[in-house]
Amino acid sequence: MSAPTTPMIEVENLTKRYGGRAAVRDLSFTVQRGEIVGFLGQNGAGKTTTMRMLSCFMPATSGTARVAGFDVFTQADEVRRRIGYMPEGNPLHVEMRVREYLKFRARLKGLSAGRSRERVDIVTEQCGLGDVATKVIGTLSGGYRQRVGLADALVHEPELIILDEPTKNLDAHLTRAVRQLIKDVSKDRTVFISSHLLPEVELTCTRVIIIHQGAIRESGTLDELQRKMSAGQQVIAELSGPVPDLREAWEHMAEIEHFDIAAAEGNFHRCSLTPRAGVDLRPQIFELAKARGWQLRELTRTRHSLEDIFVHVTKREQDEA
Amino acid sequence: MQPFLTLVRRELGSCYVSLIGYVIIAAVQFLLGLSFIIVLQALVNKPFDVPVTEAFFNNGLFWLVLLLAPPIITMRTFALEKYSGTYETLMTAPVGDFQVVLAKFTGALCFFMSAWLPLLAYPFLLKRFSVDLSVVDTGAVGGTFIGIFLFGALYISLGCFASSLTRNQIIAAMLAIVIGLGLFLLSYLTFIIPPKPGWQSALLQHVSMIEHMKDFTRGTVDTRHAVYYLSLTGLFLFLTLKVVESRRWK
Repeated sequence: MSAPTTPMIEVENLTKRYGGRAAVRDLSFTVQRGEIVGFLGQNGAGKTTTMRMLSCFMPATSGTARVAGFDVFTQADEVRRRIGYMPEGNPLHVEMRVREYLKFRARLKGLSAGRSRERVDIVTEQCGLGDVATKVIGTLSGGYRQRVGLADALVHEPELIILDEPTKNLDAHLTRAVRQLIKDVSKDRTVFISSHLLPEVELTCTRVIIIHQGAIRESGTLDELQRKMSAGQQVIAELSGPVPDLREAWEHMAEIEHFDIAAAEGNFHRCSLTPRAGVDLRPQIFELAKARGWQLRELTRTRHSLEDIFVHVTKREQDEA
Repeated sequence: MQPFLTLVRRELGSCYVSLIGYVIIAAVQFLLGLSFIIVLQALVNKPFDVPVTEAFFNNGLFWLVLLLAPPIITMRTFALEKYSGTYETLMTAPVGDFQVVLAKFTGALCFFMSAWLPLLAYPFLLKRFSVDLSVVDTGAVGGTFIGIFLFGALYISLGCFASSLTRNQIIAAMLAIVIGLGLFLLSYLTFIIPPKPGWQSALLQHVSMIEHMKDFTRGTVDTRHAVYYLSLTGLFLFLTLKVVESRRWK
């Protein structure tokens, strides 16, 4: 057993080339034990390639990756024992029955007959597969199949689970169920999850790594990323003042870079104000409204959703290119 | 060892739960039964000087089974897993590449041999209904089964190799049939090229599967033949392993 202080995943300068094209370039990141990290990127950004390297399916062209302190290339067996990996598209043996499949996987992963029976019972229960345990996998709906894949990833009690697009092609309801399941199982282990869907990562993960064209663009907790992006964050204010007065007030406020005024219901006007870097305009607007005797109906700072950050980050890259 | 046995069980299981497994078994039974009838009709009421087993294998249907069953049994081994994506879950489980190759080979070979099992009933049938009790020689029957096993091992390993090269089962089967038939047709060179003393004809004798099988069905298990089959089996398993490992070089 490795010391619990070693990070779960350590990736250093990982590069993978297919022919002349680099699918992943010089990737470096660390995932600590107990984290739920989202690996976010557009299709073809290099997510699956990275996960395949981490799960010892294929080696890197250069650079190193360690899982729980073990090198994924030279100590592949140790690594494989410690990870539960669900590949993209969740491939399963469709002709097998759920229980039979999970038992097969448990035995394949080296669990004894008794232990695998125990574990299969536990993961069947945990993943809500009790009703379909004796059904043939091929006859199951997408949501159940996803659960079978997840149960397989969990059956040998891995320290780390790697899920490649776990909610792909699921409808909203099933996505929510699978997401909840991921949250439940992540309580006592590390989870590394890839997605091109932002709400997915926003709702399940404690930290996000954004990858674009094979390289990391941003990384941090959701709050950190939001703070990073808050420079230039818009403030929306609905005030009862007349348009010329509002216009004049905003023009005189030095911190405002840009503003828009639109009519709102009643005699209110909706002002979208873009500040210069790093300034929070809200206290000043409140003071202004008080001083002029305007009614203030709404005062909000738009928080960037992960989606904005993502689009911003990947767009910047495209502009540079 | 446990992952190996688990995999062999799964390979065998997948043969017995799939329709194609039973189609193969049924086809093999049909062809063997047909051969049996043909042999019986040819031999009935006539004295003959070759062992029944040899007469049986001289029948073309016997070869048809030997040449066609292995590619169809093995076409799914790697190609289907690659196609469905389960190859990735398999290769990321804590099992070695060699264990996977050997397990798939063993599973397919066991299934292949199980399709031949009903053949064991034929000698008893013959004994039951023939006046001459010496008509079936136990040694010849044993030799025939050893021959089938060795031949099967070679063609199953060849089939696994072909399957590991592609993700398309049809291509895998065609490839295995073409290479397999090529190997088999070397036998006919001995008929086409007039026998001359010298190393050429000696070599041709050594690679002639028809000659090998003639020995086996007479109850002679020649070590040279066994070495020929086993070494080729080893070669194809080695090649399969290299193909499986090749994902690490790409």
